[in-house]
Amino acid sequence: MTTSWIETQLTEYLLERFGEAVQPDSRPGYLGFLVARNKLLEVCRSLRDEFGFDYLSSVTGVDYHPEPFMEVVYHFYKSTGGSALVMKTQAPRDNPTVPSLCSLYPGADFQEREAWDLLGIRFEGHPDLRRILMWEGFAGHPLRKDWREPFFEEDAKPFKSRWPEGHFIRVEDNNPYKNNVSYPPDFDPGKWVPDKDELLYGGLQSFEEDSEIKTERIVVNLGPQHPSTHGVFRMVVLLEGERVVDLKPVMGYLHRNHEKIGERNTYLQNMPFTDRLDYICSMSNNFGYALAVEKLMGIQPPERAEYIRVMMAELTRFLNHMFSIGFLLNDLGAFFTPSLYAIEERELILDIFEEVAGSRMMCNYFRFGGVARDVPEQVLDKIKTLVHDRLPRKLDEFERYLTHNEILRSRCEGVGVLTPEQAIALSVAGPVLRASGVPYDVRRADPYSIYERLEFDVAYGIHGDIYDRYLVRIEEMRQSLRILRQVLKDIPNGPVMAGKPQFQVRVPPGEAYGRVEGPKGELGFYVVSNGKPNPWRYHVRAPSFINLTSLKTMAHGAKVADLVAILGSIDIVLGEVDR
Amino acid sequence: MNGLWILRGLGVTLKHFIETYIEDFRQGKKRYFTAQGIEQRRSSKTRGIFTVQYPEEKLPVPEEFRYLPFLVYEEVNGQRKLRCTACGICAKVCPPQCIWIVRSTDPETGRPVPAPSEFYIDVDVCMNCGFCAEYCPFDAIKMDHDYEIASFDRQREHVFDLQKISKPVTYYAKIRPGNYAEEQRARMMKEAAKTIA
Ligand code: SF4
Ligand code: SF4
Repeated sequence: MTTSWIETQLTEYLLERFGEAVQPDSRPGYLGFLVARNKLLEVCRSLRDEFGFDYLSSVTGVDYHPEPFMEVVYHFYKSTGGSALVMKTQAPRDNPTVPSLCSLYPGADFQEREAWDLLGIRFEGHPDLRRILMWEGFAGHPLRKDWREPFFEEDAKPFKSRWPEGHFIRVEDNNPYKNNVSYPPDFDPGKWVPDKDELLYGGLQSFEEDSEIKTERIVVNLGPQHPSTHGVFRMVVLLEGERVVDLKPVMGYLHRNHEKIGERNTYLQNMPFTDRLDYICSMSNNFGYALAVEKLMGIQPPERAEYIRVMMAELTRFLNHMFSIGFLLNDLGAFFTPSLYAIEERELILDIFEEVAGSRMMCNYFRFGGVARDVPEQVLDKIKTLVHDRLPRKLDEFERYLTHNEILRSRCEGVGVLTPEQAIALSVAGPVLRASGVPYDVRRADPYSIYERLEFDVAYGIHGDIYDRYLVRIEEMRQSLRILRQVLKDIPNGPVMAGKPQFQVRVPPGEAYGRVEGPKGELGFYVVSNGKPNPWRYHVRAPSFINLTSLKTMAHGAKVADLVAILGSIDIVLGEVDR
Repeated sequence: MNGLWILRGLGVTLKHFIETYIEDFRQGKKRYFTAQGIEQRRSSKTRGIFTVQYPEEKLPVPEEFRYLPFLVYEEVNGQRKLRCTACGICAKVCPPQCIWIVRSTDPETGRPVPAPSEFYIDVDVCMNCGFCAEYCPFDAIKMDHDYEIASFDRQREHVFDLQKISKPVTYYAKIRPGNYAEEQRARMMKEAAKTIA
């Protein structure tokens, strides 16, 4: 990578202005700057206001145990495009406290809460620093390196007990339930009465407003598991009559600590686990993870593999948007007919995935330096018929069916509005960001793979309402077909894997952030390697998790009946939100 | 006109509905419960009803389809000979660590013998990723197509032992003919290279 003029300028400026407080990160393989904690807010304000780094993509922490410090890592981007600016700040491990960026970048809200929850890093000045994925009262912070899970066996896979003396023992027998659970010191499960979520409810009512009619405000729990919340998800809303005054999403019901599992796994073993994040778009997840690790390893997949990757990613985008629009209609009350029509096309695409990758949804198809196997000629023909004939035809039919439908329009237009400024500040990504009139698409803004050579337009909306999100998704499907036509025309012959397939890859020490434009938004993987076979840190920037930060803003002032539609328009998948 | 697009939309629904009957009429009996009918319903030409009535009808699975792994054995003079050498690569690469292998030892010398004496797969833990088959250097473990493994007792039935996961090479050749032929070709080339050298 070459450093551009502006980056050199930036470096000089930062060093000059902040002196000691900002240091380039000089550890081998690391990027960006180390910022002193007390100067963090000041530096970030200057970055945002003077240099245009207005989009905070990812916030996460790294535990460098047994070193005595924790590190918080920030990835900033410009909403006009360009590569990342990485900032880090360190805090002592026994009491890690870092200033919160919420006042500058409201999009840091959930991510900081996550870092607090999983790593125990305290963010000073955060408006509502509660646990987000675990429950209040959970013992410890699971992503710390010295924290052990209930069925702990060893720090890193492969486990020694499996071979050559692999006498089978059930994990439950080896480490029986109840003996393996720990509670916080002052907690007795026998005496425990479920609390009334005081912190949660107390945090509501942040909006103070005058209205002519004084009504009593009531708190309503939508979920967990409201039929149309797309999974086990809960919204606590504060209502004034029918109007939503405040809202807090509650999540984590499907939490399995994907990142801890990822740090126990070897690099390759994580690949099938990424399938389970956003289980509708496993190909895109594979893509992002492969990019991050390839960056670290410094390898490049061969041409044909790049084409296949893009082909799979675009097919995935198509099927995801079909799915999400179908289910948006469910949320609006058109129960299941539209979504079943949408799923028909999805099935045909899944047939292709099954033939190529071996599985319909858990594809596990990408490898570092290529893809697992070639796409046979007859499958390419199948894709061609789909792309040239069936999918455009069905998309037209779908539009005839829905786009101008008066009910759909009156339910969606002007509902759940997010202004461009809000969208950027809240770190919203994907179709939701673009529907708000910010034409930011990672494929164009920071191109990866072969997207630079492909011709396509970035779809964007104007009004930032549900209807524009719908339109953006429809247009993105058309653009995906356009990309697919080019890819199918130009796909070269050749190998699909750089070098020999290896089950144990060598990853030099360092850090990398790989991101792709997933169907739901910017999907990023932050990987830190210390040269061992297992990643030291493995973090997923999940678009639907971070997009949920904006739910409160979108819902404010809406009618309670529109809430489900607003949630549906964000297009979340709980596998990815809860991780 | 207000409501016009609602009517058009309903027209689409009606078309889908009627198409099912048109196709029924056009294709007659062979539309359901025949391989040809299933193939037609999942082709890109399909119209009308799209669903497959499992378990009476089953979608054929493609060759690459993977479900659970099995060990391949060859029949030599009426004796089963597993291809597996207990090298342990599959147990190491397995992401949820659900493969357990005990390597055989020679009872006299105590030296390791390249064959497994026990081989377990906890199929409730297996995530069907296919890595074991992909990275086995001896083509000894392969992914099966049989996905109907429901049973009443997970404790007893869902830890597959050597007995349960060993399948003959003829079975492998039947379910994955392409892969099998490819491997045989590679093997012959190797042998040929050896004899020349
Ligand atoms: S199945 Fe293959 S990889 Fe596994 S132990 Fe046997 S020979 Fe090695
Ligand atoms: S398919 Fe994957 S999870 Fe299952 S046994 Fe093989 S390597 Fe393990």
